[in-house]
Amino acid sequence: MCLAVPGKVLSISGDDPVMRVARVDFGGIVKEISLAYAPEAGIGAYVLVHVGFAIAVLDEVEAGRVFEHLREIADIEEELAAGSARA
Amino acid sequence: MKFRDEYRDPEAAQRLAAAIARITTRPWTLMEVCGGQTHAIVRYGIDELLPPAITLVHGPGCPVCVTPVDYVDKAIEIALRPGTVLCSYGDMLRVPGSDCDLLAAKARGADVRIVYSPLDALAVARASPGREVVFFAVGFETTAPANAMAVFQASREGLRNFSMLASHVLVPPAMRSILASPGNRIDGFLAAGHVCTIMGYEEYEPLAAEFRVPIVVTGFEPLDILEGVYLAVRQLEEGRAAVENQYARSVRRAGNAPAQEIMREVYRVVRRRWRGIGEIEESGLAIAPAYRDYDAEVRFGAVAAREEAPGECISGLVLSGERKPSSCAAFGTRCTPEHPLGVTMVSSEGACAAYYRYRRTPLPAAAE
Repeated sequence: MCLAVPGKVLSISGDDPVMRVARVDFGGIVKEISLAYAPEAGIGAYVLVHVGFAIAVLDEVEAGRVFEHLREIADIEEELAAGSARA
Repeated sequence: MKFRDEYRDPEAAQRLAAAIARITTRPWTLMEVCGGQTHAIVRYGIDELLPPAITLVHGPGCPVCVTPVDYVDKAIEIALRPGTVLCSYGDMLRVPGSDCDLLAAKARGADVRIVYSPLDALAVARASPGREVVFFAVGFETTAPANAMAVFQASREGLRNFSMLASHVLVPPAMRSILASPGNRIDGFLAAGHVCTIMGYEEYEPLAAEFRVPIVVTGFEPLDILEGVYLAVRQLEEGRAAVENQYARSVRRAGNAPAQEIMREVYRVVRRRWRGIGEIEESGLAIAPAYRDYDAEVRFGAVAAREEAPGECISGLVLSGERKPSSCAAFGTRCTPEHPLGVTMVSSEGACAAYYRYRRTPLPAAAE
């Protein structure tokens, strides 16, 4: 029910904030999506879409955080392994 | 697909699972409150990747499942009126009412249509000026602004043949209800990432403080869920109980301001009954008096509250996380998606349907 899918904004039309729509590309399938709740979305941005509405502009920097976190975890594991090898 | 496939990397999932195992010293029970997360956990076998000390239980995360039977009955009653078109999301059509479901009403001649977006229902109303078009609106905070927009636009356009039967529910009051129940065994929550995309997470901070539970706003892909579990377990092991945001690529602390504005405009907060759980104070949204012309309960009569008939189905216990689907005697035998005894088997996001789909065959070997 709360499924939301990321897609890329191809073009935007309309001036009325409530009625503005974007053509959004979901891996080859293009749909018209309301921008009423993502007024800041620009062309080329990735938006998260739920029942025909963009509900967030995805943050590229934050999107990489889980991978940074994984690298940190890997570093800790390495240190621990090195520590136990020394012991 | 960007922003999706990279969060499904099996090797990274194994590393996160190993990290969780390394920091876990005691048994902990975590609950997710979103059917999409339940589905991903069961589909990818995330619970099986975790150390045995971590138990994931599935909360009332499926709005279709908790929609009271009297709302389904009202939708069927409206659908069967001549000159009416009843639109809803696909999952609602097979939810059993007292006598039948919307699909059966359709078979009896009612004009029942599945829509992808509430704006599609609005388009049906514009195209059919001689008919009453009613949108049966369910959902959590994620969906409430989209549904509100249909009412807002109808009002602006003066579209008189459109109305909405609103059965919206709110997640934090349900979490409070679970935490406050005497049998509560939840040590921490994975909060629903898309609900928080709309609402932000400030309203979870008092819950975390009052009940001393970590609440981690979590996304929907396997790496999101594993990282959510990691953050919750790390807090528990360190004796902390705070709100953390794992899903920061989508969720900001204050949420989505224009969406919240339309919600405040179109809805009012009401006491709501959750199917299988009971009444919860201030846990639902109904249409505000200013938009009463677009309220199907005003146009076609109020929903009559009715007691649920007791039966074999334990969906209430499944929804509150007290029982797992596989522990039900009827699961997969007398109760299947084709012949469901209750809502958690009907909706594709119900916990029983997820277990039925993914847990009746041997699990694929976890990626090494």
